[in-house]
Amino acid sequence: MQIIHSDVLIIGGGLAGLRAGLAARKRGQEVIILSLVPPKRSHSAAAQGGMQASLANSTRGSGDNEDVHFEDTVRGSDWGNDQIVARMFAHTAPKAVRELAAWGVPWNRVQAGDHTAIIDGQPVTISESTTAHGLITARDFGGTKKWRTCYVSDGTGHAMLYAVSDQSIAAGIPVHERMEAVSLIHDGSRCHGAIVRNLMTGELVAYVARATCIATGGFGRIYQSTTNAVINEGIGAAIALETGIVPLANMEAVQFHPTAIFPAGILVTEGCRGDGGLLRDVDGHRFMPDYEPEKKELASRDVVSRRMEAHIQSGKGVRNRFGEHLWLDITLLGEQHINGKLREVKEICQHFLGIDPSRQWIPVRPAQHYSMGGIRTTPDGAVYGLQGLFSCGEAACWDLHGFNRLGGNSVAETVVSGMIVGEAIADFCASPAGELTVSTALIRDCGRQAAEEFSAIARCSGPENASQLLRDMQQTMSQQVGIVRHGDALQSAVDTLKSLILRSRQIGLRCSRPGANPELLLAWRVRKMLKLALCVADGALQRTESRGAHFRSDHPQRNDADWLKRTLAYWPDAEQTRPTLRYEALDVLRMELPPGWRGYGARDAIDHPDTSRRQAEVDALRQQLASADRNTRQAALLAFRHHLPAHLRGDNARLGEAP
Amino acid sequence: MISIFRRPASSPPPRRLTLDILRYNPAEPERAPTLQAFTIDEAEGMTLFIALNEIRAHQDPSLQFDFVCRAGICGSCAMLVDGRPALACRTLTRDLNSHITLAPLPFFELIGDLSVNTGQWMRGTAERLQTWIHAVDRVSIDEIEAPMAPELAEAIYELDRCIECGCCIAACGTAQMRPDFVGAVGLNKIARFRLDPRDQRSDEDFYELIGDDSGVFGCMSLLGCHDVCPKQLSLQTQIAFLRRKMARLGFD
Repeated sequence: MQIIHSDVLIIGGGLAGLRAGLAARKRGQEVIILSLVPPKRSHSAAAQGGMQASLANSTRGSGDNEDVHFEDTVRGSDWGNDQIVARMFAHTAPKAVRELAAWGVPWNRVQAGDHTAIIDGQPVTISESTTAHGLITARDFGGTKKWRTCYVSDGTGHAMLYAVSDQSIAAGIPVHERMEAVSLIHDGSRCHGAIVRNLMTGELVAYVARATCIATGGFGRIYQSTTNAVINEGIGAAIALETGIVPLANMEAVQFHPTAIFPAGILVTEGCRGDGGLLRDVDGHRFMPDYEPEKKELASRDVVSRRMEAHIQSGKGVRNRFGEHLWLDITLLGEQHINGKLREVKEICQHFLGIDPSRQWIPVRPAQHYSMGGIRTTPDGAVYGLQGLFSCGEAACWDLHGFNRLGGNSVAETVVSGMIVGEAIADFCASPAGELTVSTALIRDCGRQAAEEFSAIARCSGPENASQLLRDMQQTMSQQVGIVRHGDALQSAVDTLKSLILRSRQIGLRCSRPGANPELLLAWRVRKMLKLALCVADGALQRTESRGAHFRSDHPQRNDADWLKRTLAYWPDAEQTRPTLRYEALDVLRMELPPGWRGYGARDAIDHPDTSRRQAEVDALRQQLASADRNTRQAALLAFRHHLPAHLRGDNARLGEAP
Repeated sequence: MISIFRRPASSPPPRRLTLDILRYNPAEPERAPTLQAFTIDEAEGMTLFIALNEIRAHQDPSLQFDFVCRAGICGSCAMLVDGRPALACRTLTRDLNSHITLAPLPFFELIGDLSVNTGQWMRGTAERLQTWIHAVDRVSIDEIEAPMAPELAEAIYELDRCIECGCCIAACGTAQMRPDFVGAVGLNKIARFRLDPRDQRSDEDFYELIGDDSGVFGCMSLLGCHDVCPKQLSLQTQIAFLRRKMARLGFD
């Protein structure tokens, strides 16, 4: 077997992987990036509406800063996230936007003077200052107190991905395209790279590296109805799980996006609602204010999706031959706005629905969109359980998002975590622990095992069909592990998935074609996807509370007393048919923002016993430091800057904020 | 309200579609390329993405093709649909005859069946044309960003919308004769960086990259690129403008 060496192996060529690779390369490490597809085709390109960063340039963003972004993110997460990580993120996001601006991202800019925006269904005149003219502007997104989402029309992810990808080409980083990591090379405590399959030839190659980083994105394709690209099968997370040592965290925390076009599941951006679009029911009635008087259409995604499903259940859905949906009305934004700021949405509506969204309503229904859970890491991006293994982006559970992610925070996370984790990778490579000490026998064994896995599938003449198993899994997940969950349905999903795992060991192939063999690949992948599906379903079954996107109709309250903890799913034995679940408690006594009401959604949480004590401490500290500047006050509550690389620790300059 | 959901009381039976697909697997060079016919029943809202996946799931698991976003934004699935380059994922079968011919994009390395290696070619073009911001000044990311006229940012995005799908190359007369031609995709990128004040390259620098027959002077103005671009980029205008700029430079 061919062996390729490098200092750093990045698995995944989307925004997170590219940015982490760039950071490590700039520190002098030799980097190779593996990608299933040409990197500019990664799912990062599908991020439409924008990236959150508290630049505070526009009038509606005025007064914004890291503190507000931090609090919005924690409330959005339903207190399920790591507040240290949320702080690191909110602090670095403005730097990331400015770096991307320097790399050529054509962010939309503030236009001085009056302009009309649609807010709460009404035209409102907003006046922008001349000092802000030409600076990066922002739009409104759900769950945020300020207009904070920086954007490039509705092609933000595309523009970011192209800029970062071109930077990685400028840096001379090789990207090995159409390559899929099929297992990690490890000795039980240290990761040494990956066994990789060439998707064009079927050949296996060993990539040996001092540090390995998994940045393979989410796993939405375990669901039937998803906005995710077809490559989002979660294989990166699955090969980490299959080490038996690495846990996947909070896999039950799955986001459903309110506005996927129905029935194709293609995303139309939250920017539609951020810019003033409304949700309507079968009677044309705008129903969100009935449920969420404060935030209306712009509550967090978990809340809006849940309200939409409930509204459909109450008989207010629009019926067509594919099922039921609701309407997204952006006609009130006007043709000019749609042609300029929502042009991808317009194209999607034209091509897939045959409608003009400036004149007609868009049929939408929530669909799986984002995986908050993933490979559990430290704030540095180091993966639990294996030294030398890192992870960032959607593949990771860095734990910025907890149980619900805010719109605009994931594409921001890709670059921010790439900046931070890439530095940690370079630090690791430069440290004594980063020396390469792998034996050729271990590489050979790992390679042999992977080869055997494929040939066993190719040899098997069992009665099962891989695409059928895939469909059964996807259907089970969408029907029983969806937006509204219940113990009985979850139990039935776990049972079904367990039987699918057993059946997946009996897949027979119809095609023995050499080279790229899509059927062999599917048979191999579906076995991995089933393990992820079980982590989601079982995690959801055990979590007898409702938090963020995880909603249990039989346990509708958020229960901080029993469930303020992160699920860790392990798969220690290849023969087992469900994960081994452990839990990691969140420490209320270290929270800068102790648990409370989110400002939208239900307000009936069961308190953690430490919450009132911590709240009293926080209140006292704030009072004591009332005359100090906000950074001093913040540092006293939750010091985080020491976790950041030195060059990312500085304050962010803003208009009207004293340096 | 929406026309596709307004159906007559009794729907006619679905059309039966025949897809002739050009099959070839480079791993089996002994088997000559052939057109293979598959028949499927059309469904409402069916795209070529849906049709091809249905064929692979139920009829031939070995069929190779590339889809990623299936939403018309990533550029993976360009192929010849009835002889014309197009994004398969957003091509609705109802817009086609019941007899459809699918072939891989020409010009690019064939991976198998409908899958071609556009990625490698695009990377090579990016390296050759240095399609990134060339800035001499260092930017502090702690400081407020440099302002840019809002309309300029929008004009740059207009050109930045290229998805590197390869349709323009597949439709290009020059590329058929000159394998080293950078094509509309390459020239559009130069136009994009030339427009961007953050890129400090001069027209002389750009002339070095495209001032010959493999660059802007190779274009024969057949403009197949402009006709097939799925993002409707203003390729005709960009190429003409660049050629005028570069030609003037060549005479000086």
